[in-house]
Amino acid sequence: MTMKTQTGTSRRDFLKIAGTTAGGLVIGFNWFSCDSPKMEVLSIEQVLAQAKPFNSFLSISPTGDVVIFSPNPELGQNIKTSFPMVVAEELEADWAKVRVAQANLDPEKYERQLTGGSGAMPHSWERLRKAGATAKFVLVAAAAQTWKVPASELTVSKGMISHEGSGKKGHFGEFVAVAATLTAPEEVTLKDKKDFTIIGTPVKNVDANDIYTGKPMYGLDFQREGMQYAMVQRAPFGMKLVSVDDSAARAVAGVTNVVTFGSSVAVVGTSTWPLLKAKKLLKINYEPDGAVESTADHDRLFTELLASGKAEVKRKDGNVAAAFKAAAKVVTAEYQCPFLAHSPMEPENFFAHVQGDKVELVGPTQTPDRARQETAALLGIPPENVSVAITRLGGGFGRRLRADYVVEAVEVSRAIKAPVKVTWSREDELTGGAYRPAVRYRFEAALDTNGTMTGYKLKGVGMNAGNTTREGNFPSGAVDHLLIESVEHASTITTNAWRAPITNFLAYAEQSFLDEVALAAGKDPVDFRMELLNRAKTNPVGELGYDVDRMIGVVKMAKEKSNWGKNPTIKQGFSVYFSHKSYVAQVADIDIQGGAPTLKKITAVTDCGLVVNPTGANHQVRGGIVDGMGHAMYTNLTFEAGVPKQRNFDTYRLIRLKEVPEIDTHFVDSGFDPTGLGEPALPPTGGAIANAIFAATGRRLRSQPFIEQKEFSDLQLQIKRG
Amino acid sequence: MANFTLKVNGTTHQVEVEDDTPLLWVLRDHLNLVGTKFSCGIAQCGACTVHVNGNATFSCVTPVSSIGNSEVTTIEGLSKEGDHPVQKAWDEVDVAQCGYCQSGQIMTAAAFLEQNPSPTLEEIDNAMNRNICRCGTYHKIREAVALAAKTK
Repeated sequence: MTMKTQTGTSRRDFLKIAGTTAGGLVIGFNWFSCDSPKMEVLSIEQVLAQAKPFNSFLSISPTGDVVIFSPNPELGQNIKTSFPMVVAEELEADWAKVRVAQANLDPEKYERQLTGGSGAMPHSWERLRKAGATAKFVLVAAAAQTWKVPASELTVSKGMISHEGSGKKGHFGEFVAVAATLTAPEEVTLKDKKDFTIIGTPVKNVDANDIYTGKPMYGLDFQREGMQYAMVQRAPFGMKLVSVDDSAARAVAGVTNVVTFGSSVAVVGTSTWPLLKAKKLLKINYEPDGAVESTADHDRLFTELLASGKAEVKRKDGNVAAAFKAAAKVVTAEYQCPFLAHSPMEPENFFAHVQGDKVELVGPTQTPDRARQETAALLGIPPENVSVAITRLGGGFGRRLRADYVVEAVEVSRAIKAPVKVTWSREDELTGGAYRPAVRYRFEAALDTNGTMTGYKLKGVGMNAGNTTREGNFPSGAVDHLLIESVEHASTITTNAWRAPITNFLAYAEQSFLDEVALAAGKDPVDFRMELLNRAKTNPVGELGYDVDRMIGVVKMAKEKSNWGKNPTIKQGFSVYFSHKSYVAQVADIDIQGGAPTLKKITAVTDCGLVVNPTGANHQVRGGIVDGMGHAMYTNLTFEAGVPKQRNFDTYRLIRLKEVPEIDTHFVDSGFDPTGLGEPALPPTGGAIANAIFAATGRRLRSQPFIEQKEFSDLQLQIKRG
Repeated sequence: MANFTLKVNGTTHQVEVEDDTPLLWVLRDHLNLVGTKFSCGIAQCGACTVHVNGNATFSCVTPVSSIGNSEVTTIEGLSKEGDHPVQKAWDEVDVAQCGYCQSGQIMTAAAFLEQNPSPTLEEIDNAMNRNICRCGTYHKIREAVALAAKTK
């Protein structure tokens, strides 16, 4: 079915063609500046000569080459490939003639120019389609006018417009001049999904060749004539700077300056290595400025706050006290996770050049507008005086949602009156804050004599976690009597969204606990969940934040694809979770034949609506699972007197290649529009593995990381590739 | 400060830096070869991997003074046209997510396959275990190394 749709919601994108909406600025290579490519902020004319802008998303040159602008920061979620695929689909472009350019921050043109919450695709899906369809409409109108034939007789395929009657044929470029004189339509027709030729096909990463040949493309690669380098020493959590002796640091060859702002001290120089040395030579005195916390304090606070009456009620259905009083059986358990750093492979960095009341910023950010706003606020200048060029990001995981490291670069540039790039070391990154919050949950479940869950209680305590729960999520809606509460401790240790915020741990805890309840009820873990889901479908309790049918869809398919319960020597763990608008069920397989239990495979079934790029979708699901598994198994961040004890990858352990099992991915064809996939595959993984470990060994893992739990220490769990 | 003559990607370069400057920072800050990446700085993640006389080497902990007459190859010099069998396999398999660690992964794989042209899957795993990929592209890395071994 084709779809007629108003272009009206974003009229400014479409109504003016050419001239007035010039192409804007992008980040790219300037091949003409020197022998080797140099990363620069370029105008569209430097990217594609004589390009005519059709709207915010695309320009076409007289040669028929198409440049599609990708507004959202690319950090590995593949948006720089999948967004242009959607535009090109409706444009009927020849993908081989499409080039993709990373657009600078331009809130006038792009409504939501950020990467986070797996929200880009659902937000922009229709908008991108309309951008392509509108340009195609105008090109067809231009061809019709040129050839003096009715537009309805023209067909478009792979960047070519054809008129069957006369045999006339021409590429897009031949019509851009005429198209520029026309007005865009108020309404366009979008393609029927069954006619898609680009969407749904495996399209390669548009930056692949540049990545594999080492071209400058990340923030850390950006250089500018006259640029200084800087590194910053930050205060421990709960401390502030009293005095600094920088004499030894200044004596290091290559160090040109040392500047202080707030409790931070920046060493400045002509290259990076002298700064790494000089920073260690700073002698800084600090004094307490709030609570100086250690991990032992957090453990005590978790216990105290869970026991205290202090808690915010997030959801209350029925009469929980009565349900627990009447219960035949009550199951109770507590689950805990540590703080985690984001540890993107590219450490934080940013280029800033403050000149009078204007600032140029270049670097890796998930939120370019936040970088602009915080810079403007710091300097007391209008936001439009701050330009932001977005480089490719060497990972993000939520770390680059914050602008703290951008503002630091602005501080240093202002102080030294020169362009500067501030670079963080790995130690800076692990000690610098913005962590996934540490959380403890207490769960209680009431079962009646039939093993039906009649009551459910969840109470979460988080360190600067905000709401530690997702009160609309399953099993809400499936239980008559339910109470969900959250308590927060305001810690001096700063936290931040971390890939799949809150659910990255809540899902593990909740799916493990439901496994415990199913076993207490004497039921198969999948059957037990299906019972609850059927209850939520036929007679839901209160408001549901999820679509029960879609969740049932992934549960059923995962049961089938994993051969659930069919092989007696394979012990399995089940987990299913809804987050960021997508549904993912996972089954972990542990082989118990011979010697040590061996984690062999994780089966993942995802409903993210229409899959735009199967290659990218597979990447995100596998990557999310590897991430979820790695942090559940191996990674810990503990504190002593406000300072993290794990300061680099020797002690802050990340998952490695030999530690990943086979991952078998499947997608449900649910007919829904696409949703994001950067996060949803991560939350279910820890639970699937922990439940499989229990099924195989009888050991229940209620804290992360697993390798540090005494229940895990003698298991000798092996991991085998598929 | 001292003067060093370095052979990098077949070209001779002169640099004036401190003796203890790691090769990584000479490449990135002084020779403008930024394809070699900084990530941990302590030989744990492999993002900085280059070849020194053909051996995969963590450039972040290799002082420039230790290089002498050795031949250094970086990702920029692995092939002229970006068509080294390992680069082609990486493209074919579409390995990268964020891509930041991939030049190091490619350099590790290229040196490994030079020394072991027909590896078993287990040997591939052992060789590639020294490089971290935070995006978790490990399955694709395995696949690409095996493909490169087949097509070399």
